[in-house]
Amino acid sequence: MSIGYIDLILFFLTFTLLSIPLGLYIANVFNEKINYFAWLEKPIYKIIGANSKRDMSWQEYALAIMLFSILGVILLFFIQILQGFLPFNPQGLGKLSWDLALNTAVSYVSNTNWQAYAGETTMSYFTQTIGLAVQNFVSAATGIAVLIAFIRSFVLTEAKTIGNFWKDLVKSALYILIPLSLIISITLVALGVPQNFNQYVKSQVVDPQTIHETVNNKVETKIVNFQSIPMGPVASQEAIAMLGTNGGGFFNVNASHPYANPNSLSNLVLMLAIIIIPGALCFTFGFMVNDQKQAWTIYITMSIIFIAFTVMLMLIEFKGNPLFNKFNIDQMMSSLQSGGNMEGKEARFGIFGSSLFTSITTSVSCGAVNNMHDSLMPLGGFIPLFLIQLSEVAFGGVGSGLYTILIFVILSVFIAGLMIGRTPEYLGKKIESFEMKMVALAILIVPLIILLGSAISLVIPAGLAGIGNPSAHGLSEVLYAFSSAANNNGSAFSGLNANSAYYNVALAIAMFIGRFGVIIPILAIAGSIISKKKIPVTSGTMPTSGFLFVCILLGVIIIVGALTYIPALALGPIAEHFMLFK
Amino acid sequence: MKAKKTFFIDKKTLVPAILDSIKKLNPAAQAKNPVMFVVYIGSILTTLLTIYSATGHDAGGSSSFILNITIWLWFTLLFANFAESVAEGRSKAQAESLKSAKKDVLAKKLAEANKNAAITNISSTSIRFGDIVLIEEGEIIPCDGEIIEGCASVDESAITGESAPVIRESGGDFCSVTGGTKVLSDWLIVKATANPGESFLDRMIAMVEGAKRQKTPNEIALSILLTALTIIFLLVIVTLLPMSIYSVNANNSGTPVTLTILIALLVCLIPTTIGGLLSAIGVAGMGRMLLANVIATSGRAIEASGDVSVLLLDKTGTITYGNRQASQFYPVNGVEAKEVAESAFYSSLTDETPEGKSIVLLAQSYGFSQSLVDISSMNFIPFSAQTRMSGVDFEQNQIRKGAADTIKNLVIQSGNQYPEDVDKIVEVVASRGSTPLVVAKNNKILGVIELKDIIKEGIKEKFSELRRMGIKTVMITGDNKLTAASIAAEAGVDNYLAEATPENKLSMIKNYQQEGHLVAMTGDGTNDAPALAQADVAVAMNSGTQAAKEAANMVDLDSSPTKLIQIVEIGKQMLMTRGALTTFSIANDIAKYFAIIPATFASTYPVLNQLNVMHLATPASAILSAVIFNALIIIALIPLALKGVKFQALSANILLRRNFLIYGVGGVIVPFIGIKLIDMILHFLHFA
Repeated sequence: MSIGYIDLILFFLTFTLLSIPLGLYIANVFNEKINYFAWLEKPIYKIIGANSKRDMSWQEYALAIMLFSILGVILLFFIQILQGFLPFNPQGLGKLSWDLALNTAVSYVSNTNWQAYAGETTMSYFTQTIGLAVQNFVSAATGIAVLIAFIRSFVLTEAKTIGNFWKDLVKSALYILIPLSLIISITLVALGVPQNFNQYVKSQVVDPQTIHETVNNKVETKIVNFQSIPMGPVASQEAIAMLGTNGGGFFNVNASHPYANPNSLSNLVLMLAIIIIPGALCFTFGFMVNDQKQAWTIYITMSIIFIAFTVMLMLIEFKGNPLFNKFNIDQMMSSLQSGGNMEGKEARFGIFGSSLFTSITTSVSCGAVNNMHDSLMPLGGFIPLFLIQLSEVAFGGVGSGLYTILIFVILSVFIAGLMIGRTPEYLGKKIESFEMKMVALAILIVPLIILLGSAISLVIPAGLAGIGNPSAHGLSEVLYAFSSAANNNGSAFSGLNANSAYYNVALAIAMFIGRFGVIIPILAIAGSIISKKKIPVTSGTMPTSGFLFVCILLGVIIIVGALTYIPALALGPIAEHFMLFK
Repeated sequence: MKAKKTFFIDKKTLVPAILDSIKKLNPAAQAKNPVMFVVYIGSILTTLLTIYSATGHDAGGSSSFILNITIWLWFTLLFANFAESVAEGRSKAQAESLKSAKKDVLAKKLAEANKNAAITNISSTSIRFGDIVLIEEGEIIPCDGEIIEGCASVDESAITGESAPVIRESGGDFCSVTGGTKVLSDWLIVKATANPGESFLDRMIAMVEGAKRQKTPNEIALSILLTALTIIFLLVIVTLLPMSIYSVNANNSGTPVTLTILIALLVCLIPTTIGGLLSAIGVAGMGRMLLANVIATSGRAIEASGDVSVLLLDKTGTITYGNRQASQFYPVNGVEAKEVAESAFYSSLTDETPEGKSIVLLAQSYGFSQSLVDISSMNFIPFSAQTRMSGVDFEQNQIRKGAADTIKNLVIQSGNQYPEDVDKIVEVVASRGSTPLVVAKNNKILGVIELKDIIKEGIKEKFSELRRMGIKTVMITGDNKLTAASIAAEAGVDNYLAEATPENKLSMIKNYQQEGHLVAMTGDGTNDAPALAQADVAVAMNSGTQAAKEAANMVDLDSSPTKLIQIVEIGKQMLMTRGALTTFSIANDIAKYFAIIPATFASTYPVLNQLNVMHLATPASAILSAVIFNALIIIALIPLALKGVKFQALSANILLRRNFLIYGVGGVIVPFIGIKLIDMILHFLHFA
């Protein structure tokens, strides 16, 4: 067990040490101190017809994002519908249903990567690389662009424009995502992850299996002699899926597949790839506003949330399942077994490698999984669910994590600022009613989708039809699906059959509103804040760094999250927990 | 209108406040406050459920339980109304006393600005802008106006509460009069500057009565947050019903949550504490300004005063006592100090100014005594603006004292030498911030009197307090730079403006605002008006001109130069009270969840009783206790809302820690104790 903690500490130290220089690098890219790829940038702007010189008002910026994203949805939708006619399809995979294609298109464009399909049996190589992977890059780049525009509003004063979306988008992809995914892809290939466009390999099984299938009310017995081993450009797909906190797996079982995540070292690389950019962006923020104290305050707040929930999850999973106790099953950790609740987990990762992956993927809006969250202990399942419901502020998605926590920072500043008798300000910018309106909107929109979506699904037949476990656990499955979709996480509590027209459409709506319903208010705040004067710091200014502010920020995040979701959670994982541990 | 009792209500105001809170239950009044409006709708629904249940139908749960919840929901509303009524009641009392000053009096309208012109007697309500009226001894001034002719002592106690009469005269900075005040002696010819209903008194009454009270920007921002929270909780509650139905079906046990419980839960969770007290806090803030004898023309101004980061303070009256005092005689040319003292003594014998008196007083320490001098044989020459010196002629002696250059001219013109020492002494004295007066006897220089600016006691400490709060102080003075720098250093201000003119005052304000500061200042003269109009918080002295009052957004009835500091404190206090109660209100919800959630799902998931950490007796008593706590906490916090949270001049960091601990952490703990106590009482009384 102590090994788990040591690993956690080492992982976290490595992560922090890598985050700081990367953060500085990103800041320099957007401060235009680093221009290595300027020769590439110009032709790109020309091709997409963007005037990179002219900065945009927040409305123009938002419009550009919406047009770009909606276009992305349409394009991706048709790629899936038409994939039968498109190249790079050695398996001859056919078209998807309209609702699944829509769901997947929205899912990738909104940086969610909710997958209501099984990759290896549904998507052609063309769809995977030209369709899905391109969106993996640009949806992540969009997140970074929005964040950078938001940060700019605290740097500049009395300005009317918040930057140029096309420029921010291209720079994010060109300087950050592409180079990093190259590094990660090559590392993964070195660790044994396949990278090819070959046909799936048909191989004879060593031990033929006998299976019984019911066909037309008659039981037929079949002997399986062959199996199909999927191939593909797995390493490159996985790299950007992690780095862009997309999480869409090449395979149905995502990162628990031995080809996606062959060993504990690749597991470590994947985890670092998920969390590195969101962590680095905190420092980018610090460098850009020229106040590292602010960066550390946010970084530490995120770290506390992340580490606290990770440790809780590890403890819960190590404790094992009480139902096994009466059978005298040994669930203790020893040199021969990892111990604890191993249902749904890979033996090569054990409790630690699985728990850490679970908390990273849910606190960092990624959604890739290396174990089945449905099989976690009830409270173990509560943790990823709650981490998602806390709006994924503990590092969160690329760009989205930081801009979301900044919304909570503004909220905290507003409440705490009043307590010291000043109208609140953050980084010298006054927080007034327009900002509060947008903050309220950004904070309201996600719970609205989650709670309404779950509640409706729990009473209408189309919703109930998908529930695999009609119990408290079933409620958790539905709640998890909508929480994951609306917060653009993408991981699933399997057990819910979400590939139905109802869930595909409902979750597509949830993902779309959950993404852009937050981005637009954020840009509106940026537009308003950037036009304000900077108020000089005095001893009467409320400190937005340091221990006290960390406490206040933590309090606000946890209380808002808890107050919103605890009643629903009480009927799901909490009730299930108490019933199991009566 | 002086500071009154400390307890927030007495018997006289209690009954009207109660009646008023019932009156406020009409839908139009409730709709103004979204948080309380939700409670209002909830109360109506549970009332209907009570009736439905009392008539023998099944409304979910026992009818006594529904009745109890209904009663307490109405109480929650009444308590919130009561808070507002009490706050308004206090202001109304003040408005009444103002109204009593606004009597309909007979005015003598003059045909032209001449005392002997034809007089028409008209009612004060028919005076129009520009009319000229005559007011004589013992008469009430019928309108706001500017004195064209005359000089009179005026009793302004009706407005200021100050019984000492003030002098009002034409020209200069004391030329404005306020309707409702009374001329005690002499007469005035006044030109009306306001139409009926627009006078200063009218505006004050409107302000105090809250008729024109608009929500301030910060109040709006806070309301948005509270509304958002209310919507979230509404959503939580609305979606809880389907979730509960699903759970009942999936688990095959219990019954879905009832409407009564959902409403109770909703009311407990939405921020009713701050929602109910928000308006009372605003009214009370205005009231506290009134107690400090400051009339704000808008709530916005009060709020801005909490944000002020630069205070422009007039040196005279704020930082120093208005008058200078003689502190030392400096002889020159081998003259004895006693000789300087003697001449200074004689020349100041009839000088009634504080400066003159202080010279006499200082000279007495050299053994001179007024009782030994026969002033009847002396010819005193008073100070005049033309000669810029004063003096005395007696027994062939001619003593003169005055500013250095004036005396220098006098001496040189008479052919005498002007010693170089004098200039040096004058410079040294001036550099200390004091005023040098040169004394000459028979056109020969004797020496220099140092008139010292005395810094007010405790002002330095006040400034360092302000600095701790992050507020810069800037001293404004007409003195030269040297003098100003020295006084500024002694008083401990952060900056000063020497040789101040209306123009450089205005540009200084603009500069600070450009840097992002909010600037507050006090002014009284017409030439202050542009600066007052530019400042974010502008306080005009009531004794000041009409122009200054028009440009300002607050009027200080006491005309006290130090009032600005108090105004800042009141502004801060109002914001702090809002912030503290918001934090408290939200933090309260944690305990309420622990009370209500196990109770709500008791039939479906009895295991959830493990969350009942307070060990509340029954599900019904748990829910009722939370609702009662939620109502009572409003009453309990009314005094705090009216008085404001305790203000201390602390740095933001310390203040935040203190208030976070009290209202944040306290807000989490208090309801656990409160709900448990109420539950024990309910259980003891066999209520639920």
